[in-house]
Amino acid sequence: MAVNTFTLNGELVSASPGATVLEAARENGVEIPTLCELEGLSNIGACRLCLVEIAGSPRLQPACVTATTEGMEVRTDSERLRQYRRMILELLFAERNHVCPVCVANGHCELQSRAIDNGMEFVRFPYQHPDLPVDITHARFGIDHNRCILCTRCVRVCDEIEGAHTWDVAGRGTGSRVITDLNQPWGDATTCTTCGKCVEACPTGAIFRKGSSAGEMEHQRDRIRFIADARSKREWTP
Amino acid sequence: MDPMSATGNQPSPANSRARIATVWLGGCSGCHMSFLDLDEWLFELARIADVVYSPVADIKEYPENVDAVLVEGAVANTDNLELIRKVRARTKVVISFGDCAITGNVTALRNPLGSPESLLRRAYIEEADVQPGIPEERPIVPELLPRVLPVHHVVKVDAFLHGCPPSPERIRTALEQLLKPNQPAAPEKDQTREL
Ligand code: SF4
Ligand code: SF4
Ligand code: FES
Repeated sequence: MAVNTFTLNGELVSASPGATVLEAARENGVEIPTLCELEGLSNIGACRLCLVEIAGSPRLQPACVTATTEGMEVRTDSERLRQYRRMILELLFAERNHVCPVCVANGHCELQSRAIDNGMEFVRFPYQHPDLPVDITHARFGIDHNRCILCTRCVRVCDEIEGAHTWDVAGRGTGSRVITDLNQPWGDATTCTTCGKCVEACPTGAIFRKGSSAGEMEHQRDRIRFIADARSKREWTP
Repeated sequence: MDPMSATGNQPSPANSRARIATVWLGGCSGCHMSFLDLDEWLFELARIADVVYSPVADIKEYPENVDAVLVEGAVANTDNLELIRKVRARTKVVISFGDCAITGNVTALRNPLGSPESLLRRAYIEEADVQPGIPEERPIVPELLPRVLPVHHVVKVDAFLHGCPPSPERIRTALEQLLKPNQPAAPEKDQTREL
């Protein structure tokens, strides 16, 4: 089987054919920060946190949707990348209303963890403080748009794994929002099977189980990969 | 010695004890409670530093020449704004103390709800059980700012002490670092990181 040989942070490594830079980096034990990516789902490059430098390209490229090619030179860590990653995180926090101490996901939130890992101590940008709704019309789950980072994991897991396609994104720019069915209350969305996959996939406290109080909402994000592997590789035991 | 020994506005002689302060802006006082939870370590603190201004000491005016200050709370009203500007002008190291100072946090929950006027009407008139009416005796009741702001959006901040509230251990680590002789004034960055 042909492999791609390329340079990762100055070291010659190989990647399985068709592997993305992110997958190849992981195969080689190099960590790249991610947010919208979730193993088991397709990748769409929504959050840009996984940006890497590729020699010969003036633009930074998202590792999760960039294929490895023979001879490419990739750098996953530099002062410039660290600055951009921090800026992306700050913008995510400034865009909506994240009040961690009272959030259901406090301590189990990927956005929060990335902020800590990447040394984001404070937000330089003006907080937008948009007035956003919370939808608790569903019998078991709720969505708080104040905490949504528009990663679209919910959209992808519902479409690709559950096959229901209850979720979608409506609007443009800062007015974008995830919606259920035809922008109806979640409780009225007839396509929703109440499987809970979006609840497990959501990186933040945006989608939660009703009745969770501050810090109580733990997501089992690896369940999504388990189901995907079970289907595609017939691996039914974790 | 009284841990909260108040020396007020006395200028400190050269090479003397550190002059530290704590201020309370728009916050719930939880960060100060956590500071008081340092219990007997406050005696240690009193051995090496003077607390020259604090809501737990009766000093009316923020003094000149303060070495370091812990600022609890966000900038929410005109009093907060006036005080934080004075604090910045008179202090070497300003530390945002807790999540309300750093992000606005719970204090800033009012921001998405619109203008202070509509907010006050909702709280004091529409939702009032008895005696509806907006308290506005100036200058006793300070005016609300249009938006609650984190401290570093108003004045330059030198260090950040995260937590809601920051744990006593974290406060102690930061203060110990800060008060170490011959140390750079600001605490190490990674000691102040916690979301
Ligand atoms: S979703 Fe995460 S970052 Fe946002 S408020 Fe909740 S814990 Fe904080
Ligand atoms: S609700 Fe959660 S999973 Fe869906 S887009 Fe927002 S943050 Fe992502
Ligand atoms: S993880 Fe690659 S863009 Fe989000």
